[in-house]
Amino acid sequence: MVIMNNRSAAYLVLDDGRIFEGFSWAQIGETFGEAVFSTGMTGYQETLTDPSYHKQIVVMTAPHIGNTGMNKSDEESKKIWVSGFVVRNPSPISSNWRSEKSLEQELIDYKVVGIQGIDTRALTRHLRDRGAMRVGIFSDTKLTREEMVTKVRKTAPMSGAFLAADVTTKVPYVVYPPKGVTTRFRVAAIDLGIKGATPKAMANLGIEVHVLPLSTTFAEIKKLSPDGVFLSNGPGDPAAMVDVIELVRNVLTDEIPFFGICFGHQILGRALGFETYKLPFGHRGINQPVIDLTTGKVEITAHNHGFAVAAPKENEFKTVYGNGRVTHISLNDSVVEGLEMISIPAFSVQYHPESAAGPHDAAYLFERFANLMSEPRLGLKESNA
Amino acid sequence: MPRDNSIKSVLVIGSGPIVIGQACEFDYSGTQACRVLRSEGIRVILINSNPATIMTDPEFADATYIEPITPEVIEKILDKERPDAVLATLGGQTALNAAMALYERGSFEKFGTKLIGADIDAIKRGEDREKFKKIVATIGGESAKSKICHSMQDCLAAVVELKYPVVVRPSFTMGGLGSGIAYNESDLQQIAGAGLRHSPTTEVLLEESIIGWKEYELEVMRDHKDNVVIVCSIENIDPMGVHTGDSITVAPAMTLTDVEYQRLRDLSIAIIREVGVATGGCNIQFAVNPADGRIIVIEMNPRVSRSSALASKATGFPIAKIATKLAIGYTLDEIDNDITKSTPASFEPSLDYVVVKVPRFAFEKFPEADSRLTTTMKSVGEAMAIGRSFPEAMQKALRSLEKNGASFTWNEGNLPELMKKMTIPTEFRLQQVQQALHLGANIDEVFQATKIDPWFLEQINLINLEAQQLKNSGELTKETIRSAKMMGFSDLQIANLRNATESQIKQTRINFNLHPVYKTVDTCAGEFAALTPYYYSAYDEESEVLPRTKEAVIILGSGPNRIGQGIEFDYSCVHASFALRKAGYETIMINCNPETVSTDYDTSDRLYFEPLTLEDVLEVIEAESKAGPILGVIAQLGGQTPLGLARGLMEAGVRILGTSPDAIDLAEERGAFGEILKQNNLLAPNFGMANSYEDATKIASRIGYPVLVRPSYVLGGRGMEIVYDEESLRGFIEAATAVTPNHPVLIDKFLDDAIEIDVDALYDGSELYLAGVMEHIEEAGIHSGDSACVIPSISLTKELLVEIRQATEKIAKDVGVLGLMNIQFAVSGNPKKLYVLEANPRASRTVPFVAKATGVQLAKAAALITTGVKISQLRAEQILPKTGDGNANGVSVKEAVLPFNRFRRVDGTGIDTVLGPEMKSTGEVMGIASNFGLAFAKSQTAAFGPLPKSGAVFISLSERDKEPGWRAARDLHELGFKIYSTSGTNSFLAGKGVPSELVRKNSDINSNKLSANDVITKGLVQLVINTPLGRGSRHDGFLIRTAAVSRSVSCITTIPGFKAAVAGISALQKDDFGIKSLQEWMN
Repeated sequence: MVIMNNRSAAYLVLDDGRIFEGFSWAQIGETFGEAVFSTGMTGYQETLTDPSYHKQIVVMTAPHIGNTGMNKSDEESKKIWVSGFVVRNPSPISSNWRSEKSLEQELIDYKVVGIQGIDTRALTRHLRDRGAMRVGIFSDTKLTREEMVTKVRKTAPMSGAFLAADVTTKVPYVVYPPKGVTTRFRVAAIDLGIKGATPKAMANLGIEVHVLPLSTTFAEIKKLSPDGVFLSNGPGDPAAMVDVIELVRNVLTDEIPFFGICFGHQILGRALGFETYKLPFGHRGINQPVIDLTTGKVEITAHNHGFAVAAPKENEFKTVYGNGRVTHISLNDSVVEGLEMISIPAFSVQYHPESAAGPHDAAYLFERFANLMSEPRLGLKESNA
Repeated sequence: MPRDNSIKSVLVIGSGPIVIGQACEFDYSGTQACRVLRSEGIRVILINSNPATIMTDPEFADATYIEPITPEVIEKILDKERPDAVLATLGGQTALNAAMALYERGSFEKFGTKLIGADIDAIKRGEDREKFKKIVATIGGESAKSKICHSMQDCLAAVVELKYPVVVRPSFTMGGLGSGIAYNESDLQQIAGAGLRHSPTTEVLLEESIIGWKEYELEVMRDHKDNVVIVCSIENIDPMGVHTGDSITVAPAMTLTDVEYQRLRDLSIAIIREVGVATGGCNIQFAVNPADGRIIVIEMNPRVSRSSALASKATGFPIAKIATKLAIGYTLDEIDNDITKSTPASFEPSLDYVVVKVPRFAFEKFPEADSRLTTTMKSVGEAMAIGRSFPEAMQKALRSLEKNGASFTWNEGNLPELMKKMTIPTEFRLQQVQQALHLGANIDEVFQATKIDPWFLEQINLINLEAQQLKNSGELTKETIRSAKMMGFSDLQIANLRNATESQIKQTRINFNLHPVYKTVDTCAGEFAALTPYYYSAYDEESEVLPRTKEAVIILGSGPNRIGQGIEFDYSCVHASFALRKAGYETIMINCNPETVSTDYDTSDRLYFEPLTLEDVLEVIEAESKAGPILGVIAQLGGQTPLGLARGLMEAGVRILGTSPDAIDLAEERGAFGEILKQNNLLAPNFGMANSYEDATKIASRIGYPVLVRPSYVLGGRGMEIVYDEESLRGFIEAATAVTPNHPVLIDKFLDDAIEIDVDALYDGSELYLAGVMEHIEEAGIHSGDSACVIPSISLTKELLVEIRQATEKIAKDVGVLGLMNIQFAVSGNPKKLYVLEANPRASRTVPFVAKATGVQLAKAAALITTGVKISQLRAEQILPKTGDGNANGVSVKEAVLPFNRFRRVDGTGIDTVLGPEMKSTGEVMGIASNFGLAFAKSQTAAFGPLPKSGAVFISLSERDKEPGWRAARDLHELGFKIYSTSGTNSFLAGKGVPSELVRKNSDINSNKLSANDVITKGLVQLVINTPLGRGSRHDGFLIRTAAVSRSVSCITTIPGFKAAVAGISALQKDDFGIKSLQEWMN
């Protein structure tokens, strides 16, 4: 492989002591995070700008990354969130009619340290077998191997991490339905790391989306008189989201239609009284088969989660909010991928109906949310009305 | 929902002979289908006319009909077997067209069966261009602007709006047959004219040109619950304008953002739903404008296709197998992913490697043909390579082609000339691009000239930079070599750049302990553990080769299909693998042809998808030696490719199983082999070996013209010619030196009018099993691969057969054969004498034919013999007959299928169809019946269409053929045929009392009679007999033959062929041919 002149040696150092040698790429320096791999063959730009990857160092299993450069319209947020980026063969040029900037330049602009030229498949298999773990990238370093490993082991683990505050919007903003689409509903969307595609997908269905900071209280939400509450994806351990779990319980008690995705799904799970747990290496890719247990149909979906909800899959379950059921499971490893309450209007999925990157098979779930909001609900409490 | 239990028997329709555009990928898909159905306990009935296929082996079906794939024959099978369902989506366009014809005849209702896999309406919606366009519009997609035309007038009117250039596409033809790009009216006349003729519905589509757009294909699967997955995206490096079969393609797509890819995915899913492909796979092609991303849906194939086979090998997702399961009622989520065993098939494979497919062409066989690449497919095979990066995969793919000039080189060159050449797509355009970039062209210039996406150009640039670095660096360091290896450089390429020898570079590399690692094709980019060892090499860090305890046998495959080395050799390799697995060995297959059964991960215990070069093969052996014990390598089954590697492997210390490399050389070296013949009192045509033109003339005048000249070590008669005088001899020698530089030219006495005999035999060191003696129908001088042949022989005396057996045994013994061997004999002179033409100590092209004609698994037996098993044991185990030699069941005729209709000359006229010593056929069919006439008639029906039972025939015989040929003409007359003939033939026949109607020669423009061409093009005759006067195309004969090809009228060019056809017609008149399965023949 031709490595351009200005490249220096770089090291990817895992918390269990394994070191991969490669070459510097993007920002020179050092960085730390949780090592995770993503199997998507397209969509590196969406991955980089997805807030859920905050504090994670992402390994792309596809060898050629950066081929189509970067463009404004495919961004999922205003910045690159990953702590580090690991690729085998970054593209020296961008080839696409929409490309505005090269990937490497964009990473340098956001000071994201990368590494290239390592055996990404060996690394992926290592993570698969031993689980996601802490990792550091060191380029142009004077540290010894031992010093690098020690430094990695001093960083904070992902379990118990409270990261949503880092990624949530500082001020509320509204995404309106586009011209020609009638506004049908108003939704309060709590931003735990929301992706741009999510409010856009809802707005296209006639939903006025009020994107709110993590710190928003239930009373503030009520003030908006929303037709529904939405809880987004985001980084970190759901067990650490005590306040939001409480918020969701209020929403459920008030029977305001609720939809949660990814992190939001895990938080609903906890609000219902289920445990969440860390998967060995998580699901990160855009080829994940999920079966809808109610219809028997399979959808190919985009995943990005390291935690999952422990809920009973066989039968309906009982909660203080009434009965519910698991609606979706992963066909790869039977992980719970969707929850639904029977007597109150609330449901959630572990994956990404907004896709970006990924297939559009699950886009119907936003329609389902809209339908839920349009159903007359007899038991609706009009407490503050 | 589990499978549909009402289906207890299924008729699978195969794809017939290998032709351009429809090759052994359909043996791969059909074989998978048969295996799936049988494992479900379903009775499998199979029809396929191609004996070289693995699927037609009696063990893959309950009833195997090697019969012509015509609606009439299929109806007979339906009547006899009464299958519950018919599966036609795995046999290419042939099977789909047969299903359509059956539907039109009402056969499904009549015989109480149904089509599974795709229904007729869906096929029509997918294949009928007008209907398909409407569907695309319905789902919000865009098609190229186009007009359907049914006549030349329509075409001329349409082009006023569409403007030149326009793309011409005939309906219902395969591999883009008859399609092309018209830049002006004369192009249009020619291409659309031919297209209207080729289309069974006399329909062509004219379309706005999107030449130069990016081209993509998506492989889609759907089950009856409407679950849809995209198995693979494929990007063509060669943009729109070159048929995808002729394009270099890459998987996965490399230059799409997720937004754009998902748009293609959404369109694909919407299309498969709207077309209504209820279950199974289909392939959808798109063009994307590189300037603005506008997407145009080009077409869909509502069936498993060539691209599906490629996608299956590229991803590890077995499309044909899954399609079959879906057809019998399963849903995707009910089917296991074979590779992981723990996840379902309802997912989309993720690749952590790059796959490159490159086509292999055979223009050297058709020097007259226009070698520009267009929308009509012209390639005869393909190689695929897998690497961890595009440069690695690309370079591996190029060396997998085994073709001079394919691998990148870095020489001086003429840049302006290259820039001009590359504007027209041809076989070596990519090499021109690489050379131009090397010589300083910039990416934008090359993009403007070729429209190849700049990303690919930049990757080629990186390869060039690496070459530069290799050339300029001082001493070779470990890092320099490793870096080059990661970019796919072979030791030989490095050696050329360093002015060193390949072995020096190899030694340096080994001193640095630099070896490739082997990664697994696992469908999931490492997310789950893979349990199926399907490997490819990469210069990376970690190897995934698992240790094993069982002793292994490595089988070398035959590489990309080419004329002379095709599916027949894959057949032998696959059988060897099956036999050795059964015998308790672990089998390891090395091959790089994605179309084959041998590269199915199910065939062998381990599969290495690697180029068949000495370096690549030795590295696999090295890696496997570390994994466990190896018995040795089988090189005698994959044709010339592995045979050519045998000596190098032996010298590297590898044990070659079976016939030793020394013995191989003994048979190939004319001098040494001549000695063996002499010692055994066997005759050979006089011959000599010449190193120069002077030598050659001396030898030729000593043994007397005509002589057969050829370079040594060739397959398929490459470079072989019959030379009648000194002048043409000079021309040949000058051309021949380019073919195989280090080997002399062989000059043989050409035996005029001899009968040629092909013998396949097994030898174990002491006992000979004579598997079959085949008599060629065409006389000597026509390559055995192009000649029809019959087993058992029809004109050989018992004494001659005994003599043949003895000669075979002597040669096998003295050459030192262990395993299979093939000998070609000629019988000539009065009294008849037996001559030995050549001996090949390896599996031959005819092995599967003989195996099917005699019901004996020759390749299996051969594989076991190479491991030391004796013929006597094989007899005891009933792999070979208890006693005696191979005994044909009934009479079997093999007929060659030729690709002439694929090629045109630059001026648009057809190429000549005359047969000669250079092999030109791409495939073969078999006819089996109780007598020669019917067997021949079947073979003709399967290869070219039915022989006419009545009607008219055009006959034009060359001077020397009039005497031997007139009786056949008389017989035709007596069988009730009207005869048209040209003047010479007309008066000769009149002299013999055979009436015929005189037609004028094409060149005689003063006569007002019908011309020879008229009777053909106006459809007045159902058969054409035209024997050539000699080489060259100035003769009327050439026009007659090309007219017959373009009108799809059978054209016979030899007297023996003529006689056989008459025998066939006579037999057909008496008795329509019946059907009988191989299993019935064997009992």
